[in-house]
Amino acid sequence: MELYRKSASQLAAMLRSKEVSAVEIARETLARIEAAEPAVDAFLSVNAEAALTQAAEVDRKLAAGEAVGALAGIPVAVKDNICTKGTATTCASKILEHFAPPYNATVVEKLLAADAILPGKVNMDEFAMGGSCENSAFKATKNPWDTTRVPGGSSGGSAASVAACEVPLSLGSDTGGSVRCPAGLCGIVGLKPTYGAVSRFGLVAFASSLDQIGPMARTVDDAALLFSVICGQDAAHDATSKPYAFSGIEEMRDCKGLRIGVPAEYFGEGVSDEVKAAVRKAVDDYRAMGAEIVELSLPSTPYALSAYYIISSAEASSNLARYDGVKYGYSGRRDGSLNDLYLTTRSEGFGKEVKRRIMLGTYVLSSGYYDAYYKRAKMLQRMIAREFSDAFERCDIIVTPTTPATAFGLGEKLGDPLAMYASDICTTTVNIAGLPALSVPCGFDAAGLPIGMQLIGPKWSEAKLLGAAKCYETAKGGFAVKEM
Amino acid sequence: MNSVNERYEVIVGLEIHAELCTKTKIFCGCKNAFGAEVNTLCCPVCMGLPGSLPVLNKQVVDYAIKMGCALGCTINRVSKNDRKNYYYPDLPKAYQISQFDVPLCEHGALDILVDGEVKRVGITRIHIEEDAGKLIHDDAFAGSLVDFNRCGVPLIEIVSEPDLRSAEEAKAYMEAITGILLYLGISDAKMQEGSVRADVNVSVRPRGQAEFGTRTEMKNVNSFGAVYRAIQYEAQRQIEVLEAGGVIEQETRRWDDAKGVNYVLRTKEDAQDYRYFPEPDLLTFVVSEQHVRELADSVPELPVAKTLRYVKEYGLNQDDAQLLASSKPRSEFFDACVALNKCDKKAVSNWMIGDIARILNERRIEVGDTKLTPEKLTDMIVLIEKGAISNTAAKTVLETMIDEERSPDEIVREKGLAQVSDTGALLAIVREVLAGNAKAVADYKNGKTNVLGFLVGQCMKASRGQGNPAMLREMLAKEIETV
Repeated sequence: MELYRKSASQLAAMLRSKEVSAVEIARETLARIEAAEPAVDAFLSVNAEAALTQAAEVDRKLAAGEAVGALAGIPVAVKDNICTKGTATTCASKILEHFAPPYNATVVEKLLAADAILPGKVNMDEFAMGGSCENSAFKATKNPWDTTRVPGGSSGGSAASVAACEVPLSLGSDTGGSVRCPAGLCGIVGLKPTYGAVSRFGLVAFASSLDQIGPMARTVDDAALLFSVICGQDAAHDATSKPYAFSGIEEMRDCKGLRIGVPAEYFGEGVSDEVKAAVRKAVDDYRAMGAEIVELSLPSTPYALSAYYIISSAEASSNLARYDGVKYGYSGRRDGSLNDLYLTTRSEGFGKEVKRRIMLGTYVLSSGYYDAYYKRAKMLQRMIAREFSDAFERCDIIVTPTTPATAFGLGEKLGDPLAMYASDICTTTVNIAGLPALSVPCGFDAAGLPIGMQLIGPKWSEAKLLGAAKCYETAKGGFAVKEM
Repeated sequence: MNSVNERYEVIVGLEIHAELCTKTKIFCGCKNAFGAEVNTLCCPVCMGLPGSLPVLNKQVVDYAIKMGCALGCTINRVSKNDRKNYYYPDLPKAYQISQFDVPLCEHGALDILVDGEVKRVGITRIHIEEDAGKLIHDDAFAGSLVDFNRCGVPLIEIVSEPDLRSAEEAKAYMEAITGILLYLGISDAKMQEGSVRADVNVSVRPRGQAEFGTRTEMKNVNSFGAVYRAIQYEAQRQIEVLEAGGVIEQETRRWDDAKGVNYVLRTKEDAQDYRYFPEPDLLTFVVSEQHVRELADSVPELPVAKTLRYVKEYGLNQDDAQLLASSKPRSEFFDACVALNKCDKKAVSNWMIGDIARILNERRIEVGDTKLTPEKLTDMIVLIEKGAISNTAAKTVLETMIDEERSPDEIVREKGLAQVSDTGALLAIVREVLAGNAKAVADYKNGKTNVLGFLVGQCMKASRGQGNPAMLREMLAKEIETV
């Protein structure tokens, strides 16, 4: 098997046994990126020199017998809304095209402390707003399984780079499904952690109360490995981060005793028959492995999407107000009034979808509308969270589809924002309730496109979710990798 | 005041913003200091760089709660932060983290002294928030420059009820608030550095009318004098508008203290919609009941209570008592003197308000910056009371004690300032003076007995200020008869 096809865990083992050096892995990664990029377009910037320097340092440590971190020599692609000191962090937006932050996000510090290799930054929907990765100001990333189709979004670059074996691991961010949806559409594993499990310091905010950084990988073990490195409280920098001792995947020989909830609302109208069938089949597989299946109802589910778009847009309208052309990033007309500067900077610097969300968010927070929209959405949020916690009295995890359909064609939904928003119907509830959820491949549709299933757990149940996912992965003999 | 003005009552409410003197800023670890080189006290957090997040400084919460306790507020132990959204180049996030519907403290009151009377002013609320940066205009540069050092400096906003009825009351209230800030040690309260600023709300109504008139607001008025002048001006303007049959518009006006006028900044129609919503980057915070109690217990006796106590317990007159109580270092020094219980308390007050205050004012220092201690001052007063030194000599002792470590006893000894009460020595002086002032003696004998004072003075002079004046007078009266 070629080096680039190998998982992070395999590479780590090879590095330990000196079968391969970190520089060799880095070179192979850079070569693979060069080969795959024309078809996939996952990367916004590649930093070969930094990657090779980091790799050489890992080799030096290994040669000197020094201790190395958990991700020593392992390449990790980083979504371009996560701050990397001194290198471009654009959020795929013209407004931050030339922005290089003076500091590293906490997760980036953790990756570097774990001796990971960071070959570059990957594409996304602008400011993480979108479900196709087409809202990037720079380029549209393609789905490695069918390059005429979208990889999903917003972490499309993160998903495509892993699915195309450019890197074994990547970081995405998930506000309403942005890790899980592209993971599902690209046939890989993607984890949206419990809100507060991973520091958001240095993650350029979209919706602060919903955003979480999550790992993406081709195997469950790899996702767990990356999660174990990035999670943990960051009290000095992120007031919403919580103490969390993640001690790895919960070992499950089979699924005996595992109670799996299946909520009817996630298998209704709007979800394609092929997706429903594949997820139902996966549920049957779990039953065959000894799991107990519990049919559930989560009646507030249909309202979640509206609540999500109100809350996330409200926070976004405020979070994105700082891009005013004064201090950094794109700056519009500077020879007119202050208002001209604001107007031109924001009109020219932001893309269409971002402007739409800013207007939506500004509207729902305006006096006279706050109670009707924002306040009611927050009430719904509490209802949805309560329904989940009630459900978890009856089951250990919940299984649903990740996306209502498989990857759609490039450009297909660009003119129809509501259809695009509907791609998130299965995932936004999880962010609204602050829960962890995992997308795992569970088969293909007739066109050969991957289908993802979503495993949702109570807060801080990542170990169990990953354990249940690994049981399934093992039973399936591993997940398919796209040959390119 | 003319008769037209007397027909109207002025209603004032103040929103006072005070910068807290915490070590670090409210949401990051940057140093909280005034006067540093521009843009040297800032970081990604206070500059609002993408991806940065705030973490609340607990000291800010503690300081605000202390103020709340000092003003008799209810403390909301479960509180939160909110975002106030507006665009301005000195506000790098384009929102200010403040508090909206659940302020940390509310429903308090402050007693102030106006013309010797106690007046109670309601405190609506106290909330915590971050300060914004500062725009700098430089002739060498066509645009505006921004200094972000002040971004994230912690503020409390203290909102009063519309209970103030004149510019005088407003000024007294503001002085009382800054006095308390200093007493609590939670703010430098330096108005000239902008660390205390007031938004002034003014309305007028015909006397006897129950409803308030329409109010206007003047933002960022930054001295006691300016607050006074701004209210005088605005009240007069409103009265003139009403007298001319006009209507007061609810608007924000800017007070130009240099020109002594104000002008419209924003009308009600362009009032901003701040789109407040709960700050998602900070969680709701809970302060324990015990912690609030500890903070409340740490609040010292405040100026008004102190003033009234000085009057009642020590018999000081109210002006003197207020002067002593209005400054924390001064009142602490006075209290320490009193605690020593060695001498007359009024004498301590007189020295502190008289010679000591004069020297401190001249040098622009506080009593703590000198070598004077309560022990030394009271020892000196005891020397006066015992007749060991004269008042004149004591002034010299005091001047020396302010700059030197030595005790009054040592100073008196070294400088030879001890009052001479030795009859033999004094008698020699008296005889010498009588011999040298034949005309005064003659005048005395002719019934002009008041020349005795002149002769005492001559004796004091001859004794280089050390003669005991009472003894000299007595001896002079006796000796003059024998001449």
